[in-house]
This record gives sequence, structure tokens and C-alpha cells, in this order.
Amino acid sequence: MHSRLYAIIAALVVCLSFNPSAGAEVDVLIERLKKVGREGGGNSNAAKAWQGLVQQGSPALPAALKALNDSTPEASNWLRSAVDAIAERTLAAGRPLPTRDLEAFILDKTNGPHSRRLAYEWLCRADKTAPDRLLPGMMQDPSPELRRDAVTVVLNQAKQLLDKPDKPAATAAYRQALAAARDKDQVDEIAKQFKALGVTVDLAVHFGFVQQWHLAGPFENSDGKGFAVMYPPEQGVNLTAVYKGKKDDELRWKEHATADPYGMVDLNKGIAKHMGATGYAFAVVQSVAEQPVEVRVGSNNAIKVFLNGKLAYQHEEYHHGNAMDQYIAKGTLQAGRNEILVKVCQNEQKEEWAQSWSFQLRLCDSVGTAIPLKKP
Amino acid sequence: MIRSILAGIAPILLTLATTVDIAYSGQRAQGPGPKKAWPQFRGPNGTGVSADTGLPTTWSTTENVAWKAELPGRGVSCPVVANGRVYLTASSGFRQDRLHVLCFETTSGIKLWERQFWATGLTQCHPKTAMAAPTPVTDGDRVFALFATGDVVGLDRDGNLLWYRSLARDYPPISNNVGMAASPVLWRGTLFLPMENAGASFALALDKHTGQNRWKVDRQRGINWVTPLVIENGDSATLVFQTKAEATAYDAETGRKVWEYEAGLSEVSTPNLGENGAVFVAGGDFVALKPTAKDAVPEVLWKSNKLRMAYTSAVIHQGRAYAVNNAGILQCADAKTGEALWQLRLKGPFWASPLIAEGRLYITNEEGLTSVVQLSNDPAILATNALGEPVTATPAIAEGRFFLRTDKHLWCVGEKKP
Repeated sequence: MHSRLYAIIAALVVCLSFNPSAGAEVDVLIERLKKVGREGGGNSNAAKAWQGLVQQGSPALPAALKALNDSTPEASNWLRSAVDAIAERTLAAGRPLPTRDLEAFILDKTNGPHSRRLAYEWLCRADKTAPDRLLPGMMQDPSPELRRDAVTVVLNQAKQLLDKPDKPAATAAYRQALAAARDKDQVDEIAKQFKALGVTVDLAVHFGFVQQWHLAGPFENSDGKGFAVMYPPEQGVNLTAVYKGKKDDELRWKEHATADPYGMVDLNKGIAKHMGATGYAFAVVQSVAEQPVEVRVGSNNAIKVFLNGKLAYQHEEYHHGNAMDQYIAKGTLQAGRNEILVKVCQNEQKEEWAQSWSFQLRLCDSVGTAIPLKKP
Repeated sequence: MIRSILAGIAPILLTLATTVDIAYSGQRAQGPGPKKAWPQFRGPNGTGVSADTGLPTTWSTTENVAWKAELPGRGVSCPVVANGRVYLTASSGFRQDRLHVLCFETTSGIKLWERQFWATGLTQCHPKTAMAAPTPVTDGDRVFALFATGDVVGLDRDGNLLWYRSLARDYPPISNNVGMAASPVLWRGTLFLPMENAGASFALALDKHTGQNRWKVDRQRGINWVTPLVIENGDSATLVFQTKAEATAYDAETGRKVWEYEAGLSEVSTPNLGENGAVFVAGGDFVALKPTAKDAVPEVLWKSNKLRMAYTSAVIHQGRAYAVNNAGILQCADAKTGEALWQLRLKGPFWASPLIAEGRLYITNEEGLTSVVQLSNDPAILATNALGEPVTATPAIAEGRFFLRTDKHLWCVGEKKP
């Protein structure tokens, strides 16, 4: 009797799950959500669509997750909060999440990294065995967050091997972790353990920091006015040119190589210590093919980054903090020669903590993997 | 047919909605506010004063703790409380790009819902702070959360998303590599956002129902952490925004500048409203201002270089001004004259601002130690209560209890309730 009842309920659930009109309604609601625009445009319609979508319950999850693949950042936040609300309310009501659908979505790497991570987190809440099952296959995952968790598992294994102690096995595990690790804290932990194990690691190469530069400066930046001035290097770099700089000094490009493990270029040393000054750094890299690139920069100074003569990123802020990957410019490397020009402006603050005039720049993909470059 | 019915009742619904807004903000303006609500940064109208009674004076990790809830991320934002719910924000992820809005039941500490958003602005900040730094604000039925990334959301009390804005995409560049932390405030149907930063700086008024702009005015460029002050005056209100160089009042309805006071002011401490209508602004001097005619420079009632503070804000209560300085000295002055009355050494340093309830001043230091001071002409430290976790957020007081956000938990300190 009970088994027949369960069978009927299961059939009803299946029918509801695959109700074509429900699916069509979900699609309509998702399209309304995706129409949100800048300055709150479409918010009122989206709020109604959001409630409608959430009321559809867990059958709407796969479509809502899929919709994240090609949504604007605004629409993505509407959709992700709807996914959260659906999943949260489903579990609170004691109903199951569609774990098979979620896992299939996660394993399909054509789906976006954000949406796969979102699906993964809800799958893990419903199925505690999911991390052990999925993470070992995620060491090279295109989702930085999934990859990070996979690396964490291997780092924990490496630590256990080190504590045994089984140094060869630990070293092998740390090598496996390094091959996958892209986040600075994880890479730093591996480098620290490698140092104790007597293994050398080139962090600058691992992260893809540009280390060979030509520097020119100082140009004027009194009162911060130099940031907006297009000095001659911005009109095209000629490494043999002679420029007129701050105080009418004659400026020439000079080679500069940084040995800093995180690619930091110190203009106070590479040019000389100046305040109210603008410096330029120029590098040429050879790409094996045309490929998308993220130019990731960190600096305490106001900066502009030009890729192949075009402004790729600018940020005018002084001495409020510096971090690796602080600013990210997305662009394309052309096959062969590519020119990178960085403008670094120093202001006139007198505090000790405001004396740095420096930057770091790396070329990587969206996961943070160093772009393979040809030898110059 | 349905359309015509809707068209007929729309004005009534609109009137009702407006009436509800007026009713709520009216309560806020009449002093400490409704007993059960702590709706924004530093409580009712940002006063730092609670009318609650029955608050504990002693607690520890095991004594007088009603409940404790784990948090999914970091934050220096403060809890806000209304209608049996406590709302809080947090941020998480290696890049601090996961933004959380959380809702707990006040009686049990059960998490009722959590919504997450992906950051659309820059996430770099000083290690002391986080992307969940601005305190959310609630009107009792809805909660509005601004993050240091420029993402701002409106949610109803059940966690339904009402609207979302990415200010970093609407008005680039928005940046403060130290980390933005000024909190939004509400007046009637409008949410006000202080967006002074190293990039495009502005004050923004949003329709709280839709998140769409009501007005936007340019503000002085520069990083800043001051939460604006709402001064209600009958059917109108002014908003006082403050940076290190000026305090400017804007008409809440239109964004028109009403008055401006230029001086070296604090870029952290929020302005206060005195019981006699004076506006107190902190900085090199603590200044009592009396706004006079519109478009005029306010009259300076008094200045004092004795009331100094670093990262905290002052409290004005029953004719006295209280402030704690960087060395942990609690200072008290006459709010009418600025005359220094007494001072008391406490154990700092402090990031959280002092609060006053039942004639006692409560202030929590960065180690999570709360000093309880009996206020009088002869003040006394009644107790020092440790929670053993770092605290940078100002606690909330509601329903006769404290809600303290430590580094990893939300604590409810007070009697357990069924």
C-alpha cells in the first residue's frame, strides 16, 4: 500500500518537475530577471519575476543556474539570490534538492565558474559525500574557488605526510598542489614548506610576473596633475628616444630587471626617489598565439596600463594599500610581439608609509594561471 | 477590468505605503525610538542611545549569553534589529567577493535566511576591515545592505529580493583601497547612501521600494567613513554628510544643499544631534553647531579640544556629551557649553562606539572586553565583561538584550527568552 502511494507521489513529482508549461514559465521569469539594467532599471519587474521564480521551487534550479552563464553582473546577482532562496526553502521544508541535476551541472565545464561553484555549494549541503567524490577531479578546474578547495585537500594530505614524516611523499604532494594552486596564500604556504624541504620554486614564473622592463622618468606629477597628461611614452614608445622630464631633465629608457619573487618593480631604485613624479615602465612579451589575457596589477600609486598602445586600465588612488591582483584588466594578446606600458604616478605625501613608488604586473588567464610566453 | 480596479486602488495603496513610512520614521525621530528596534548604525536615529530596560551589566562567554550564532564570513558591520529579527552582513572568500546578508530570530538565534551576492566592485581593503563594513538599515519590514564594493540590496524581512544595485558599475570608478565603511540611513521612503571615496564621490538617495534614484549630488572626492545624520523637522528632513573638510546638510526630498560648515573634521566619527537641536561634529575640535536660516553657515555654539576620538563616535545624552579617545579615556562634557566635566580611563583601544542605556555607558574594546560605566557626576566602572573574541563592530541593543558581533560569531547577551 505504502509503496504504491510512494510510486504515485514520485510520479506526481516527476510530472511536476517536467511540466512543460512550468518550464516555459520559468524561462519567461528568467528572461525578465535578465533584463535588469544599470541604475536600477527593470528592478520592479525583476522583483516580481524573482518571487515567481522562487515559487517554482527546486525544478527551476537547473534553468536558473544555466541562465547565470550569460547574464550581466546585475542579473547574476538576481539569479544567484533566487537559487539560494529556492534551495534554502526546499531544504527547510524537508524536501530534497535535485542532486543529480546539480552534479551534472557542476561536471559540465561549459557552465560558468560562478554558477558551477554555486551548484557545488548546494550539492554539498544536500550530499555530504560530494566533496570527497568531486574535489580530486578539480585540481585543474576553471573555477578558482573549486580549484582552491581541491588544492586545500592536497595541502592537508601533504601536511600529514610531512608530519609522519615522509618527506619524499610530502614533496610530491606539494608539487601536485603547486601545479594547481593559483591563490597567493596557498602558493606561499607551498613555497614555505618547499624552503624547509630544500626545494626551490620560482614564484615570479609561477604567477607570470613580468620581470624585464625598461624604465623612464621622472615626468611631472605635482598636485597629481601628471596622471591626466599624455607624456611622450603614451604616444608610442621608442626605446632610443630622449625626453624632457620633470625639471627639464633629459630622460632616457634604461633596462631594469626585478628579482622580487612577486615581480615588484621599485621605481625609487629603478629611476630614483622623487615625489610628485610620473614614471613609465615598458615591456615586450611574445605570445605563442592570439589569446585572452588578464593583466593583473598591484600598486600603492595611481596607475595606467596600456596594452599594445591602448589604455587597458587606470586607477587614480594613492597609498591606500597594495595587493597582488589588486586591479584586473581584461584584454587580448596578439600572436607574437605585445607591448605593455605602465604609468606609475607618485604624489607628494610626506608620511613614511607614502614613500613607495612601485608596481607589480602579471599576465595570466581568468583562473590566474601564468600565460605561456615565448622566450624573447 | 483588473487593470481598471488596480488603477482605482493604486492611489490608496500608495497613500498607505507612504503612511506606513511616515509612521515608522516618525517613531525614530522622537528620541531613542521604538523599544524593540535598533534599526541602523548606532541605533535609533544614530543616537547610540537605547530606551531599553533590563539590560545585563555582567556577562562572560558562559554567563548571560542567550545564544551565539556562527557567521559565514568577516565583517565590521553592526547588527540591526526590528520585529523579532536581527540582520547582519558578512563577506567571505579568498578575494572577499562573496557578500552575505543574514537574518536571525532574536529569541532563538536560529538563522532564518541568508542571501549571497557576488561583489561587482573592488575588494581590496585594510586587514582590519572587510567588504561587510557598512551597517545595514531596516524599516522593520525590509532591510537594506550596502557593501564596501558598492553593491547595495533591498530585501524584505523574509529574504525576498526587492532590488539590487551595482554602484561600482553605475558610477565608476568607486574605490577606497582602505575599505569603505560609511553606513546607509533611511528617512521615510528614501534610502541615503554616503559614497565619498577616492573615485566618483556622491551622496545618493534611492527609492527604498525600487532602488531607483531619487537624487544624486556630487560630494568631495576622498576616502571617508562618516555615516550621515538624519535631522527630522516636521514634514521635512535634512541629511548631514561629513568629510574631513566639511559638514553639509542636504534637503532629504530634493538633495538641495541647505547649509555647509567648513573646518578640519573627522572622516570617521558620525555627527550627532543634540537635545536642543544642536548638531555636533567631531574633528580637531568637537564643535556644537546651531543651524539657523536656510543657506546660511550654521552658528558655532562652542568648540572643545578636550573631546577627541579616533575611530569611534560621540554620544549625546541628557545634556552631556561623551567621547572616548585613542588612549581609552572616556571624556564627559556639558553639551550646552562644552565645559569638560570628568574623564575616566578605560581599557581600549576601541573601534566600536559607546552606547548608553539605563544611565549606563557600554563600550567594547577590540579584544571584546565591554566596560560598563555608571554615569553620574562621579562615574564608576561597574563591570568589564569579556567575550574573548575581537570586536570592531558597535553592538546593538534591542528587546532588553545586546547583540554583539565578534570576529566569528553573533552573540546575544541577556536573558534567554522562550
